[in-house]
Amino acid sequence: MFVSNDVSNTETMQERHIVQPRDAQHPIVLSTEELHVFYGKKEAIYEGDLQFARNQITALIGPSGSGKSTYLRSLNRMNDRIATVTGRIMYRGVDINQPAIDVYEMRRRVGMVFQRPNPFAKSIYDNIAFALRLRGTTDKHELDEIVETSLKQAALWNQVKDDLNKSALALSGGQAQRLCIARAIAVKPDILLLDEPASALDPVSTSQLEDTLLELKKQYTIIIVTHNMQQAGRISEYTAFFNQGRVLEYDTTSHIFTNPQVQITSDYVSGNFG
Amino acid sequence: MRRLFDDELAELDADFTEMGMLVSEVIQQSVDAFMNRDAVAAQKLIDQDHQINEREIALEQKTFEMIALYQPVTTDLREIVTILKAVSELERAGDHARNVAHSAIKFGTKQKIPVLEQLIAEMGRLTTQMMKDVLTAYVNKDEHEARELADIDRKLDRLNHQVRADSYEQMRQDPSFETGASIYLNVSQDLSRIGDYVTNVCEWIIYLKSGQIIELNSASSGTEG
Repeated sequence: MFVSNDVSNTETMQERHIVQPRDAQHPIVLSTEELHVFYGKKEAIYEGDLQFARNQITALIGPSGSGKSTYLRSLNRMNDRIATVTGRIMYRGVDINQPAIDVYEMRRRVGMVFQRPNPFAKSIYDNIAFALRLRGTTDKHELDEIVETSLKQAALWNQVKDDLNKSALALSGGQAQRLCIARAIAVKPDILLLDEPASALDPVSTSQLEDTLLELKKQYTIIIVTHNMQQAGRISEYTAFFNQGRVLEYDTTSHIFTNPQVQITSDYVSGNFG
Repeated sequence: MRRLFDDELAELDADFTEMGMLVSEVIQQSVDAFMNRDAVAAQKLIDQDHQINEREIALEQKTFEMIALYQPVTTDLREIVTILKAVSELERAGDHARNVAHSAIKFGTKQKIPVLEQLIAEMGRLTTQMMKDVLTAYVNKDEHEARELADIDRKLDRLNHQVRADSYEQMRQDPSFETGASIYLNVSQDLSRIGDYVTNVCEWIIYLKSGQIIELNSASSGTEG
């Protein structure tokens, strides 16, 4: 359980940072410490430190404007140009929120998939090979192999293997999103951040995407922002509930959905909020 | 914010409580029928048993439907699960009350055994009280009351043991008491089982309030749910 100390007293709990794994079964690969995010003078995140377990899926849930996407985007420094992010983001013992960190190299380790599928206006093959070529991989054989492996891991290979040179823009929404996942994992990241990756997908594509994520977690640590409570329930081991810029509760998903300790969490996950 | 789900849950809750009151009345009446050896009243109870079964099925169907349509979580889920589980306990308690009614008919005009008569009367009183109290605990979502009721179940178990010992003693002393004593044994066993089922309902009330699945009146307890 990722809740600090005694959680029996709701009011006390809300006053605390909720970060410590009480019953951690997996090593922590990523964590934030005293993270604060400001958009101008407005503080968007002021109490939201979490620790993320390796090879697990952690869901970030909460109402719109609660800070969950801001938090997610801070994790691989996507907020650098639009916000001020203070505090530490510890990735395998290194604070990746320091100016000296090579952001592009860091993002190779901590990849991001966005809400709307955003394939480049290039072929399916080049969507994946592009970043690899930029990083100096030019060997055709090696590129072919990585493209195939990435597409297989994203459960897209069988559908596109004969159309690799066709435009990625012709793919369906679900396929395009899986291509974006393939593109993210082609550079062999450690952590995958997903910002509502299924919100633009139909139920079948959503189900396929979820299957893909469950398969991918064997190799990657996944952090997903979702508005779909059932999705969080189906795929994540841990869930953090954000509200008004703070994490109110962080626990196993099973606890969050059966016996949350904070009334607002209960109200939110049961659709009784606001 | 009022949800459509809340209205349906309130309706389900009212239906469950109503079924509980029906079972409570049946238990009370079957105990009375036995104590008075009222075969007519007993037969009426046996004939009406299907009403409890039908209510159980209707409540189960309603809970399945609500789970499918609303996919409830947290306290919503616990409330539905509590009703789904407790409704089976009530139905089984009703079955044992029907058995008591059968025993009233079967006993007929056999000679009563005062010591056993007294013990059964006490068990009947405790069982009917327990059933009424568990409904109050459910309606008030009173976890404390639910825990207290387990004490009565323990009393019932002790009385059941007493009935068993006294029945065997009576049979040993006078073999002509054998049939009558065996009926007392059955009634005692049925009332004791009703106490067990009511205790199970108490466990579900505790789950409803706390999310903890516990075993009352057992050495093992405290499994988190």
